[in-house]
Amino acid sequence: MTKRFKTGYTIGIIILAIVVAMLLGAVILWAIGADVFKTYLVILTEPLKNKIGVTEVLLRMVPLMTIALGITVAYRSGIINIGAEGQMAIGILATTAVALGFPELPSFVLIPFAVLAGAVGGAAWGFIPGFLKAKLEVSELLSTVMLNYIAAQLYTFFLRGPMLDPAELTMGSGTPQSMRLTRNLDLTRFIKGTRIHTGLFIALALAVIIFFLLWKTSYGYKMRAAGASERAARYGGINVPKYLIIAMMISGAFAGIAGSIEIAGVHRRAIEGVTSGYGFSGIVVALFGGLHPAGIVPAAFFFGLLIYGADMTQRLVGVPANMVQVLQGIIILVIVSTKMILANPYLMQRVERRWYALFGKKESTKEVKA
Amino acid sequence: MQQLTKAIDSLRIEHITKRFPGVLACDDISLEIGKGEVLALVGENGAGKTTLMNILMGLYHPDEGKLFINEEEVHFRSPNDAFAYGIGMVHQQYMLVPNLTVMENIALGFKQAWKPWKLDLQMVRERIEEVARQYGLVVDPDAYIWQLSVGEQQRVELVKTLCLGARFLILDEPTSALTPQETDELIALLKHMAEELSIIFISHKLQEVKDLSHKVAILRHGRVVFQGDTIDHSSSDIAALMTGHEVVLPHNDAPACTLGPMLQLRNLKVRSDRGFLALDDLSLYVCKGEIVGLAGVSGNGQRELAEVINGLRKVESGQILFDGKDIANFSPAEVIKAGMGYVPEERNTEGIVPSFSMKENFILKDNQSETYSSHSFIKNKVVEEMANQLREQFDIRSPNIDVAAGSLSGGNIQKVILAREISRNPKFLVAVYPTRGLDMGAAEFIHKQLLKLRNEGVGILLISEELEEITNLSDQVAVIFKGKIQKVLPSSEASRRRLGILMAGVKDDEEI
Repeated sequence: MTKRFKTGYTIGIIILAIVVAMLLGAVILWAIGADVFKTYLVILTEPLKNKIGVTEVLLRMVPLMTIALGITVAYRSGIINIGAEGQMAIGILATTAVALGFPELPSFVLIPFAVLAGAVGGAAWGFIPGFLKAKLEVSELLSTVMLNYIAAQLYTFFLRGPMLDPAELTMGSGTPQSMRLTRNLDLTRFIKGTRIHTGLFIALALAVIIFFLLWKTSYGYKMRAAGASERAARYGGINVPKYLIIAMMISGAFAGIAGSIEIAGVHRRAIEGVTSGYGFSGIVVALFGGLHPAGIVPAAFFFGLLIYGADMTQRLVGVPANMVQVLQGIIILVIVSTKMILANPYLMQRVERRWYALFGKKESTKEVKA
Repeated sequence: MQQLTKAIDSLRIEHITKRFPGVLACDDISLEIGKGEVLALVGENGAGKTTLMNILMGLYHPDEGKLFINEEEVHFRSPNDAFAYGIGMVHQQYMLVPNLTVMENIALGFKQAWKPWKLDLQMVRERIEEVARQYGLVVDPDAYIWQLSVGEQQRVELVKTLCLGARFLILDEPTSALTPQETDELIALLKHMAEELSIIFISHKLQEVKDLSHKVAILRHGRVVFQGDTIDHSSSDIAALMTGHEVVLPHNDAPACTLGPMLQLRNLKVRSDRGFLALDDLSLYVCKGEIVGLAGVSGNGQRELAEVINGLRKVESGQILFDGKDIANFSPAEVIKAGMGYVPEERNTEGIVPSFSMKENFILKDNQSETYSSHSFIKNKVVEEMANQLREQFDIRSPNIDVAAGSLSGGNIQKVILAREISRNPKFLVAVYPTRGLDMGAAEFIHKQLLKLRNEGVGILLISEELEEITNLSDQVAVIFKGKIQKVLPSSEASRRRLGILMAGVKDDEEI
């Protein structure tokens, strides 16, 4: 099998997966009586028609990408982190605490400090399931999900109690949110009239860092070895539990950083619902991106598009924005199935034989059907 | 025993061709086997034997060629189709679910026991007992697969295939994991079975080929280079045809233990996965520049011994003195750092990371050493240089150094492991079944490497079931039985018969 055929086959299967997901989604859209074609058209094209739309998609891409990168580190190391939602919330709390505590620090000190605090908060929250898995073999699926609930309650507690905006207290409206954080924390919005902020560059830089970490350093080597074959890693003298914990902490730190950036760049205060499912969508982005930074960047853009496009469907075609969550669910199912298909070498051989039988010589075109 | 399938009077394959990327695995192969015949299929690793058998089993589809059973053309789309015709295969790599018991594994394919709403395990148990009795293949139906040694797993595979009603047996190196006595028994048993069944077996052991088969076919580079009646040809004729040159396995005849002890095991007690004492007060020492062969039936503590020396298993009590320093309960990394090399039993899952490229596997133990990394960044150029050099030096047959190590053939995987371990300049090497399943060419190469290492002053503990390998290479032969060393003999006194008796648990072998 040529490498080109293999790549083509993989891309072909992924495109097929998207098509299948959209068809399944179409059934649901049709069932609720929406105009299927128009809905998809709105989701996929409407956001890209103007500057605001494009920047809003990029805005959503930032946390998705950051979280997906962290999840990739965990996944490649053999641990599945479903706790990014909670880790992000803890990261936001840590960032907010720093910003409330040191409002006078200049930007160039405060921003790194606050982002670091977010990373530490997320890492601490990721450490717990990592430690439990490494030392006691507690399933990370259970522990991360449960820790999400704990984090959500902690988050609410802080926003309604210690961190509640004093103005809310005097006004009495009681919206659970912190006060407007110091302007020294604000990430620059670099295109006038839009909300897109410098966090985008941070996220892209993180993608490069993850690529180097995982594929160019001995730490990444060890983490990937632990994830690919625990037994061989142990044989090779790799301290598997240690690298599991480290991977989980990196994963949590990335979710924490995503939270920090979201606060510093978009909301400028901690509000309930900031995490808004990014932690879960991040998993889909990571899987969709093939657990590789080069795939995650476009995948994050695609999901940013879906999320923002879904907001517009509500206005333009009257389809509820929650529809996008249904689509996400379908995409997860399709991706999991796709992975099974891709892992079946016999099927690939069959397709290859058919392909060459249908389209002639081995040397001929090597793309594959979509 | 009741029969579940129709008898197979003849099986014929005509002009089978199968291509893999860059490889012609089977090139226009035609063979025929009649009822009651035993065909031995011999050839070096990568000659296409296993591929051909996988085609017979419906695991692969041939690109060209036809398959006839009882003169009727058949097409196997999956192994189920092959089963339905009564073809059963015992693979070289066992197809067992590790976290199920022996009985449950057999029940997996045993459709008669699938009652509505319930799995009739009693029926499966009876069937296992019936087969075990009839063929003398003893297995514990309630043991979990992961607790069993490789030898025991193979027995389970044989029992499984027989339980499912196979009438045409394909055996991919059936004896590679058995003791000499078991091998003899198996051969006697297969001879007996051949009266009513047909058998194809793949083997590298020419003695078995001579003993068992009626016909022999030799494959080289995917082609049948020779076919004929076994009786007309001597072992050395067949060996010569197989490799294309005369093979003389290297022999150890250098003086022993002049450099002092390197590894001393003192009163080791170690528990197995199941919690019983796998090593019970075991003591043994190996000198520098000496090979000690450890003979024994698999499952008598060999696996635990190899693991405990390498820090992969906890020592309950006792000492492991390595160059005079106690390394008991060191972590694997610390043991490696102390200068230990290890060729593990499970070469495909433990010795390599299968999804990593060959070059990445070379730095499994050295990814943080100064040679291959600086400030934790892996020096890709240096690694590639080293990998290319090792590939050449160890004659590893792969298209390049970037192929996934798991996609290589068994012999080449073993060469990758050995290349890595030897190139790290170890002070000591633990080699477990280093040539199991390898062809004579690869085995010869590996034996030469081990002897070379020995002559450089490295101590080697060679754990093997191939008595010939042990007696050829070792200075001393130790026999392990139920976690204890039965006896240590100089290899000159270690006759096959004597070792066999010791391995069977009789301590005072000289009186017999």
